[in-house]
Amino acid sequence: MGDIIEAFSTALGLILHGDPTLLEIVALSLRVSGAALALSVALGLPLGAGLGIARFPGRNILSALLNTCMGLPPVVAGLMVYLLLGRSGPLGALHWLFTPAAMILAQTLLVTPIVAALTRQVIEDLWEEYAEQLRSFGIGVWRAIPTLLYEGRFTLATVVLAAFGRAISEVGAVIVVGGNIAHHTRVMTTAIALETSRGDFALALGLGMLLLGFAVLINGGVEVLRAGMRRVGA
Amino acid sequence: MTRRLARAARALAGCALFALLVLLALLALPLAAGEAERPFLLLASTTSTRDSGLLAELTKRFEAESGIAVRVLATGTGRALEHGRRGDVDALLVHDQESELAFVAEGHGLFRCEVMYNDFVLLGPSLDPAEVFALASVTLALRRIAERGARFLSRGDDSGTHKAERRLWRAARLDPRAERDRWYLESGNGMGATLNMASELDAYLLADRGTWLSHKRRGQMALLVEGDPLLHNPYGVLALNPARHPQAKLALARRFSRWLLSPEGQATIKNFERDGQPLFFPVAKQVQQSCPPGR
Repeated sequence: MGDIIEAFSTALGLILHGDPTLLEIVALSLRVSGAALALSVALGLPLGAGLGIARFPGRNILSALLNTCMGLPPVVAGLMVYLLLGRSGPLGALHWLFTPAAMILAQTLLVTPIVAALTRQVIEDLWEEYAEQLRSFGIGVWRAIPTLLYEGRFTLATVVLAAFGRAISEVGAVIVVGGNIAHHTRVMTTAIALETSRGDFALALGLGMLLLGFAVLINGGVEVLRAGMRRVGA
Repeated sequence: MTRRLARAARALAGCALFALLVLLALLALPLAAGEAERPFLLLASTTSTRDSGLLAELTKRFEAESGIAVRVLATGTGRALEHGRRGDVDALLVHDQESELAFVAEGHGLFRCEVMYNDFVLLGPSLDPAEVFALASVTLALRRIAERGARFLSRGDDSGTHKAERRLWRAARLDPRAERDRWYLESGNGMGATLNMASELDAYLLADRGTWLSHKRRGQMALLVEGDPLLHNPYGVLALNPARHPQAKLALARRFSRWLLSPEGQATIKNFERDGQPLFFPVAKQVQQSCPPGR
């Protein structure tokens, strides 16, 4: 119990002091996971929507594969990116290993299947509902995609949030490809793992609470945005 | 009217989403662009040197003097050597003489210089069920732990400490195995995490003194056996061999090695204390003359 109370006061103290090392870690976490999310959305939304509407042989197998990839263990994603980016790997010449760029790549690999698989489900359901209507307006399959994406925007916003949650909270991939290098590739989750191994549970838990705090802020922000959009009638 | 409003809002939302995506992707750019700014050395080292805080102190001073940043990748000795074999780092600061020499002999390392040493200690529950407290011989202590079947927690991760522990068991003419002996457990984790586990499990374990002294959560654990010459723990710095790994930054690795063995580097090691106790000891002066070789 004492540990938990100490963790609260540690977390509060960290925020109030605005410790520069902490700010650096938080900023890197947001940049890495934000960039990974942007890439994942840019890739996953069209991919998922296309898969939701298009009909072709092997489509079910592809969907099953995509759903399976949602459960990709972060350490495995990290290991794959490590082998890809290592100096003896096919992309070794980029010198990305143990840099934030490698972390973005690993998280993108982890999160894109989530965005794509969930988008596919959302769009498939909407397509079943609106296919006839859209056809009667003479709108073809491919032109229907933006309309359906727009119709599903609230659900898709939740999908994007879930993807961001996965990216910012994972530790397995970024610790393998980033290496948890101080002032360079140390993010919130790897810092938490480090403090736990050092036996400083209060600081670790304090950082964890800070991470949760961000999640609350982001989710609250989206909720406000959503309410605002409903009011405008968009 | 409402329809026009709805269309405007839709366009606005679309634009906003697009702008957000572009903005987020742009955030990634300075991360990639910032890479080439300053020379840096990628050093694979062990959790013991990081967790004690020594490495942060050494790299800070070296950076202030040379302008070269040192990026430290802290893992076990076994994995650090594997990073080296793959050519993914520039230099190593590790503690397992046997495998370090093998690394150089295989042609992966150009040189190995001894930098400092500390010692391992045998820790265990303060109640000490195997009654090993204050024994002068660590092999005797290990035999007693095995005889009584007292729980022992091994790192089991191929780290320098794990290799040292296995050597001690061999010296005690014993060969405990996790798959066979119920009292012998493997954590597969770093030093600090294993200490946390041992404290919860009331298990004995081998640890380096630095990690023990700087660990924040000692619980009911106590230092039971120390001072046996078998517990000596030397650390070496290694540079990758350019014949095998041409991309590794040999000049920077040599410069860092030389600094570690310079009077300033050695003094930094000597003066680094935790609770008034030194954690590492610099190597003797005469060794410094010939190492690192070359210019």
